[in-house]
Amino acid sequence: MSDMKNRWIALYVENQIGVLAKVSGLFSGKSYNLQSLTVGTTEDESISRMTICVTSDDITFEQIKKQLNRMVEVIKVIDLTDVPLHMKEILYAKVTGIDAEDKAELFRIAQVFSVDVVDIGNDSILLECKLTSRRNNELIALLKSKYRHISIVRGGAVAIESISTGCR
Amino acid sequence: MDITGRKLFVKALEEEGVDTIFAYPGGTVTDLFDELYKNESIHMVLPRHEQGLIHEAEGYARSSGKVGVCLVTSGPGATNIVTGLADAHYDSIPLVCFTGQVPLALIGNDAFQEVDIVGITRSITKYSVTVRSREELGRIIKMAFYIAKTGRPGPVLIDLPKDIQTALGPSVYPEHVEIRGYKPNSSVHVGQLKRAYKLLRSAKKPLILAGGGVNISHANERLLAFAEKENVPVVTTIMGKGAIPTKHALYVGNCGMHGKYAANKAVSECDVLFSIGTRFNDRITGDLNEFAPKAKIVHIDVDTASISRNVVVDVPVVSDADLALEKLLEWAEPKKTAAWQNQIKIWENENPLAMRRDRGMTPQMIMEHINSSFPGGIYVTDVGQHQMWATQYLELDRGSSLITSGGLGTMGFGFPAAIGAKLAHPDRDVVCISGDGGFQMNMQEMATAVAEGTAVTICILNNYYLGMVRQMQQLFYGKRYASTCLRRRVSCGNGCKGPNGGCPPYVPDFVRFAESYGACGIRVEKEEEIDAAFEEAKKHTDAPTIIEFMIASDEIVLPMVQGGNPMSEMILK
Repeated sequence: MSDMKNRWIALYVENQIGVLAKVSGLFSGKSYNLQSLTVGTTEDESISRMTICVTSDDITFEQIKKQLNRMVEVIKVIDLTDVPLHMKEILYAKVTGIDAEDKAELFRIAQVFSVDVVDIGNDSILLECKLTSRRNNELIALLKSKYRHISIVRGGAVAIESISTGCR
Repeated sequence: MDITGRKLFVKALEEEGVDTIFAYPGGTVTDLFDELYKNESIHMVLPRHEQGLIHEAEGYARSSGKVGVCLVTSGPGATNIVTGLADAHYDSIPLVCFTGQVPLALIGNDAFQEVDIVGITRSITKYSVTVRSREELGRIIKMAFYIAKTGRPGPVLIDLPKDIQTALGPSVYPEHVEIRGYKPNSSVHVGQLKRAYKLLRSAKKPLILAGGGVNISHANERLLAFAEKENVPVVTTIMGKGAIPTKHALYVGNCGMHGKYAANKAVSECDVLFSIGTRFNDRITGDLNEFAPKAKIVHIDVDTASISRNVVVDVPVVSDADLALEKLLEWAEPKKTAAWQNQIKIWENENPLAMRRDRGMTPQMIMEHINSSFPGGIYVTDVGQHQMWATQYLELDRGSSLITSGGLGTMGFGFPAAIGAKLAHPDRDVVCISGDGGFQMNMQEMATAVAEGTAVTICILNNYYLGMVRQMQQLFYGKRYASTCLRRRVSCGNGCKGPNGGCPPYVPDFVRFAESYGACGIRVEKEEEIDAAFEEAKKHTDAPTIIEFMIASDEIVLPMVQGGNPMSEMILK
């Protein structure tokens, strides 16, 4: 489909047992293409906010929003797809089996990508990245092309609507 | 003063006006039964299997519009109601089901008869929840009844741990609840409805498509008035059958897979399809690209998620059917549709619904005799060929109604649902129309019917086969009757192509089956015997009667549209 793309939803839900299972179950049960889902409590501890990324066409996305809206535990659905927002994903990249030259190169990469080197060993280095998911993808691609032993852990994006300017 | 959870449970049922509860005991709900035992106002029905139980509650709810209430124990008691929950979810039936659960401290330990029933039923209930503290019990029960019956109705499950039932807590049962995530639609967007109405006014070949939502919201009177005033013909889905009286001049028939030729033609040729309370299920639309290809489509539905889901519509209106029709009636004025109605009449005459009458007793004849013998009755079907014949040939007017498992298509639904309907309406005739296969799926409920004294007339159309699948094998699978012959025994060997002289006898003998329960069983082989059998059944006013109709094995349901094909491609002969 031509209108297949990544779309973003912020979801306010009751902070209760089973709600995450219910929301994620909707995506698996109806074969929606879930890219990432993060969840945490808000300033009101009885409410959690999820940031959800799905790949879908327009019609399916409308259906997803309606299905979410109709859940009793869902308080509010916000479509973030075309909203100016701040969005970051935390990612750790550990590169092992490297020599001094590789390390120096990794420090330069860290500088260019604006990520922190937070730990280091004789033959390894740990990067901590707070980038957009897309930028994280680019960093992973670069690391994969240069180094053989990398391990990645990433948290999925969290997003909040901007106050003034639109940046992602 | 604080009271126990079990006391609050019964108090809640009383305040919700529950007069009947379908309940099967077990270890984790004995406290609740003990409390119900002391109660005078709530009638407890003891089914013989929890699947029968929940279909009985469905029949009770479907026929009365009241919330059906179920109580089962944890573990197997809970898993046995899963099919019924899915059935009620599909067909928007209000149920509140209480399942016992092991004590809070044991949850997660794989305790005896522990299952995660909330997890299992999450996608087939409107809401399901475990009560985790005694304090929230009252609010949760109130929520359950409110959620079950408002908006698009549906089943709600409350998982109730054993220790909550005995724990002390507040005696208050709230009068109403606020649920911040649940705001059922209670109004209609007048501007949007006006757009829909203008579209209807602009049509030369308008058609109203009424679904189950019309029956659920009791919009029948208003729909009839609207159709009459506008002079617009009406087709229905199976769940919508009876939306207007079936003998009304404006009623065309059911559309869909086994719909009437004229009804499907009308859908294919209309220029505005004014649909109310339908999900546009694939059994109605067939090939989506070819569905109502010439029409602008209006869709009125209380469930936003049902709109533009299967069929992309031109004017969506989120509203309860009755609410929308009330408004539409204010605007309605006569419309000239004579030419269009004539065209539909021509299609009706080209291919009327009718079976060959030269082969003995046909299902059509049985339905016609039900029409004449049980006017104003509640007709409850199981699932299969007999269900399609019932939806084709039963006449419904304002007094009568049809109860059927539409969305899930649950074999075994019919008989227990009929018991539930009769319990809700002891003064009305309740006729269960079933097949020999489906009846056997819950025939243990015969004991329930006898014990409750429910005088249901059970019509089993026996063709020795699981006919609906057999029909597909006959037409599309080279007559390879894999596992559809109910006479088949291990001695038959492989490669059977249908009945021959050496077929084993049928089991069970339904007449003797009825008699073994102390009930009346009648076998009918000729049309002439039908009325006498019905008269006999009516004499048994405090017990069920089984009438077994011996019909031809190879009778098929026509017309038929093969799954996924356009509705214009009907197999007629």
